[in-house]
Parts: sequence; C-alpha cells; structure tokens
Amino acid sequence: MGDHHHGPATGIGRWLFTTNHKDIGTMYLWFSFAMFILGGTFAMIIRAELFQPGMQLVEPGFFNQMTTLHGLVMVFGAIMPSFVGLANWLIPMMIGAPDMALPRMNNWSFWILPPGFLMLASTLFMEGGAPAFGWTFYAPLSTTYAAPSVTFFIFAIHILGVSSIMGSINIIATVMNMRAPGMTYMKMPLFVWTWLITAFLLVAVMPVLAGAVTMMLMDIHFGTSFFSAAGGGDPVLFQHIFWFFGHPEVYIIILPAFGVVSQIIPAFSRKPLFGYASMVYATASIAFLSFIVWAHHMYTVGMPVAGELFFMYATMLIAVPTGVKVFNWITTMWRGALSFETPMLFCIGFLILFTIGGFTGLMLSIAPADFQYHDTYFVVAHFHYVMVAGAVFSMTAAVYYWLPKWSGRMYNETMGKVHFWISFVGFNITFFPQHFVGLAGMPRRIPDYALQFADFNMMSSIGAFIYGASQILFLYNVLATIIAGEKVTDEKVWDGAEGLEWTIPTPAPYHTFEVPPKLDAAHA
Amino acid sequence: MRLSANPTTDTVLKLATVSVAMFAFVFVVMVPLYNVLCDALGINGKTSAQAYTAVDAAVDTGRSITVQFIATNNDGMPWEFRPQVTAMAVHPGAANDTVFFAANPTTQDMVAQAIPSVSPSRAAEYFHKTECFCFNQQPLGGESNTLMPLQFIVDQDLPKDIKTITLSYTLFDVTARVSDQIAAR
Repeated sequence: MGDHHHGPATGIGRWLFTTNHKDIGTMYLWFSFAMFILGGTFAMIIRAELFQPGMQLVEPGFFNQMTTLHGLVMVFGAIMPSFVGLANWLIPMMIGAPDMALPRMNNWSFWILPPGFLMLASTLFMEGGAPAFGWTFYAPLSTTYAAPSVTFFIFAIHILGVSSIMGSINIIATVMNMRAPGMTYMKMPLFVWTWLITAFLLVAVMPVLAGAVTMMLMDIHFGTSFFSAAGGGDPVLFQHIFWFFGHPEVYIIILPAFGVVSQIIPAFSRKPLFGYASMVYATASIAFLSFIVWAHHMYTVGMPVAGELFFMYATMLIAVPTGVKVFNWITTMWRGALSFETPMLFCIGFLILFTIGGFTGLMLSIAPADFQYHDTYFVVAHFHYVMVAGAVFSMTAAVYYWLPKWSGRMYNETMGKVHFWISFVGFNITFFPQHFVGLAGMPRRIPDYALQFADFNMMSSIGAFIYGASQILFLYNVLATIIAGEKVTDEKVWDGAEGLEWTIPTPAPYHTFEVPPKLDAAHA
Repeated sequence: MRLSANPTTDTVLKLATVSVAMFAFVFVVMVPLYNVLCDALGINGKTSAQAYTAVDAAVDTGRSITVQFIATNNDGMPWEFRPQVTAMAVHPGAANDTVFFAANPTTQDMVAQAIPSVSPSRAAEYFHKTECFCFNQQPLGGESNTLMPLQFIVDQDLPKDIKTITLSYTLFDVTARVSDQIAAR
C-alpha cells in the first residue's frame, strides 16, 4: 500500500475505484440528491395535473407511472442512499475507525446503484410505459396486468436490494469490529446506534422484498401461481409478504433520521442528550415491533377480528417508544442555551411535523376507522409528514450541520434560514390540506377528482411548487459553499458539538484515525 | 460460534447467512405457512380443495341455513356462468345438490377454473363439499354449454349466530396456462 498516506487519486478514476469512505459517502449523497430531484420532478408533474379537476396535462396511464416512479425513486433512490451516504461519511469518524470494514465492497454497493436506477428510469421509454401499479406493486396489478417493462423493474429492485444488503453488512461489520479502544456500545453516538439497528433491519427484510419480486418474476415468466387465484395462489399473500418487508422499511427510513436529530439537538441546546440509554432501548423496541405490525396496511382485506385487534394494539404500542424519543428531544432542549442555526431549525421542524405525522399514524392504526381512511389522501398526508418532514428534513439538517466539517467552508446562514422557512411553509401548504380531502374521501393515485376537492388541491399544488423550488436554493447554497464558502478551520465548527468527528481537523482530511484515538473523559 | 478467525470476516459470513436465510424464508416458510393457516383457520374464505368424506351424523332439522350462490367472471372471461338456483334453505348435516350453468360462447375450446370463496369467512371450515366442479379444471368446447354439479354439507357445528352463508365462485380462463403446461411436458 505505497500510496496509503497520499491524498486522493486524480481524475475520474478517483471516483470509480475509490475505497475511501469519505469519497463513497460523497457519491452516495450526490446520487441521492440527483434522485431527489428526479423524484421531485415526477411529483411536480403529479401536482400540475391535480392543480385543477379534470384531465389537464397528462394521460391517466402516464399519471399512474408518475405516482409509481415518484414513490420508488424517493424511497429507494433518494432517502435510503442519502442516509447510507451519511453513514459512510460519519460512522468511521464517530467511532474512531480509519475507514469502513470492507472498503472494496463499499465501492460495489455504491456503483451498482446508478445502473439499477438507470434500468428503472429506462422503463419510461419502453413500449407499454413504465410500471404503473403504485410503489407497493400489488399483484395481480403488477403481474397479470403489468406492462412488459415490469421485468426491468424487478431486476432494478434486485440490484438495489443487493446494494442495500452489502451496505448494511458493511456498517454492522464496521460498528462491531472497528470501534476505537474504550468506545463501548453504550458510549457510541446515537447516530451510530440507530444505523446499527437499521442495518440489522435491512439485512432481515431486503431479502424478503427480493423474494417477493422473484415470485412475481416466476408468476409472469415461468407459469407459477404464487399470486394468481386461477392457479391456486392468492393475491392477498403478496400483500402479506410485501408489508412484512414494507413496515420495517419505513423504520429503516426513519431510524437514521432519529439518529441525526439526536446528534444535532444537543449541539444547539448545549446540553447532553437527555435519556441516552432510553433512546437506545426505544430504537431497539421500535425495530422489534416493526416486524409484528405489517397487516395494519391491509385492514380491509378481510382479516378475522382477532387479527385486526392484534395488529391494531401492536401498532399502537409503537407510539410508546416513539413518545419516549420525542419526550427526550424536548427535554434536551428544556432549559438549554438554545440557538437557532439552520440545522437546529430543520430539527425543530422535524420534531413538530414528525409528531403530527405520528399522530395521524395513530389515527390510521385504529382498525375500524381505517376503513374510512384506507387508500385516501389522508394516508398520503400521513406518510409525507413522516417521510418528508421526518426523513428529508433531518437529512437536510445533517447536510447543513456536517457540511462545514466535510468541506472546510461555512454555508450562507441567511440563505439556509430562508431555505428552512420556505420549505416549512411550502411543505405544510402542500400536505396539510391533504388531510382534509382525504377525510372527505378523495382517493389516492387518481388523476382527476370531484369538484368539491378543487380548492384544497390547488393549494396543495401551489405548496408543492414552493417546496420544490426551495430545493434549488438548497442546491445553490451547497454548491456556493463548496466552491467559495467562507473558510472555517476550527475543529469544533459548532461550539456545542460533541463527538470524535469534531476532534479531527477541518476540513476532514482524506484519511482520519489511522491511529485509534484515545477517548478522554469528554468524549467517552 | 466463530466462522472465521478474522472478526470482520466472521461478522460478514454470519450476516450473509442471515440474508440468504431470509430469502429462503419467504419461499419455504411464508408461502406454505400462509396456505396452512388459511386452511386450518378457514380465513380468507377458502374452502378445502379436496372432496369431503361425509361422516354419519344426524341431520339437524331444527335449524335452517340459507345458502346463497354467486357466480362471477374474472376480467376477460367470456363465458356465461350462473347458478341454477341463487339460494336454498338447508339443514345442517344434510347433503344438498345443486348445479351451475356454464356456456362457452366463443368458437374455441376453452378450459376454466372456478375459485370458491365463502362469506362470512368463519363459515368456511363448516362448509363441506363432497363434490364440486371447482375441484378440477373444466374444459368446454366452443359454442357449447354444460351443467356443473355441486354437492355440499353444512356442518352441524356451524356457529349458532350464522344463519346465511354465501358461496361465491369466480371463473378464470386458464386455457393459455393449460396449453403452456402441455407444451412444457
């Protein structure tokens, strides 16, 4: 390893062949932002069509392709890889490791993603169009009635599943084997804890998703009847398998967000996180419960009453550990020396809006009430409160918080605050009215609607354009920071920040912790 | 248990085993378990796909159950398909016969498969079929019709609160599926 102590290689080869966790983290983050813009473009097409009742811009079939691809690209292309990127950048720096445990596999986990999404996006140009059966791809819509492009969709899911599993194995191997001496499990930063648990969830359920799409492949091409009633199979079986993956999946998305918020709120409250141990146990409880609640997504399939009751109570139980977390974050801020820089604003936005999303989730968990809410815009409003205001807001906070450490340059604070306020207002204008139209019965994934929903839908669309535009401001701010931001050299960019990543020079050198750090009292 | 002396390799091997096991779990556990549970608990309204052997039991003439019949064509199925009688009153324990009418209006020979579903789903395990056209695929020549028999017994142990049972059949066109299987042989 002659070049071990040198900086990065030059040219495109640096990015193609890199095994450096910081380079790979950067690529994940940029890739996920590109996917965020792509998925956002699909969302803008959806909202433009729904701006007024009646058919305005696109064909219904194309509208269905947009709702499907928007969901798939945002979940698998934007949110999940963005947190993997964050994990790559931060986990070695937070536990005092020189790199990830398996650097070459790390390179592979990233580089199979772009071809996977290229394959998924290419279905838009195929005969019969892209997948149009919703991101949940229920059979037989996704088997008997799907366009031929579904086969490419299946292989795309396989590829990004493999990528996620490799990424997770890497994270677990890193956290379990490469912590600096003295960094015991209960001293790890909470972001590392939430990712460790998330990675276990991924290893357990991504193969289940791969199994589901493999069964679809066999039903479509090899004459099996897993999901075909005519051959003795059962379409409801698909929903059970999908949601056995799908419910842990939503925690895969939100747990790293919890970790980010648990790092940032203490920094700007200038107090240690309240209830560290209870945060760890709450995270583990949520992860466990996520495996036994999947059928609350399918109350209307005709389950026995005992089943409905079991899934209802189990789901409600999740509110307890989640409530512990929200309590701890608020208590961390209580009597803290608060300041409201952009990362903190996004975290407080997260806290308020995620809690609203949690409450609508509780409403949806009530089996008898869910028959009214099922497949309406109320569900759409609920999961955008937890996915966008939850995962995306916390991701945005993370970028603002760690960007100075990564780049050695400070972002424009005023522009950051403007970005927050436009996002916050735009987000709420978009999604709050969707609660009302949903309760009044407007179904999701429909390109047209009754006249009574016109005003709220127009509001929603205007809000979506505002929220979408604010992301361009974010992109500009990040680029301007990297190219010409004010230089920062303090190791601790934020005076309240704690953790090993704030003990290394700013900007973070290409190689860090080649010699394991000694944990002093302040960091132990 | 250690799979390798190198702790990282050890962790990776264990986790890779878990992910492969979870992939296998879907096929060898979830699918059979789902079918077994549906069968055993009678949930999803599934009735047994095998003929029931009648046991010698007294007919409960004190109780009368209304059994309704519904016939539906799956999307794209061109047959005419309907029950000869839409409802009948039966006593638990007694064997009852009825027939469904099916006609193939096309000029092609076709094969159909009827899939039953019982509502309320709790009644499924008490609804026994001693003979049913749904046990087999039904071939029918072009422009011809047929009467398809059904013989059933409602169990004496049917919960007291159930007074009406609805038996619904959905008819699927499996012509292509059958010819594929013949071609594959």
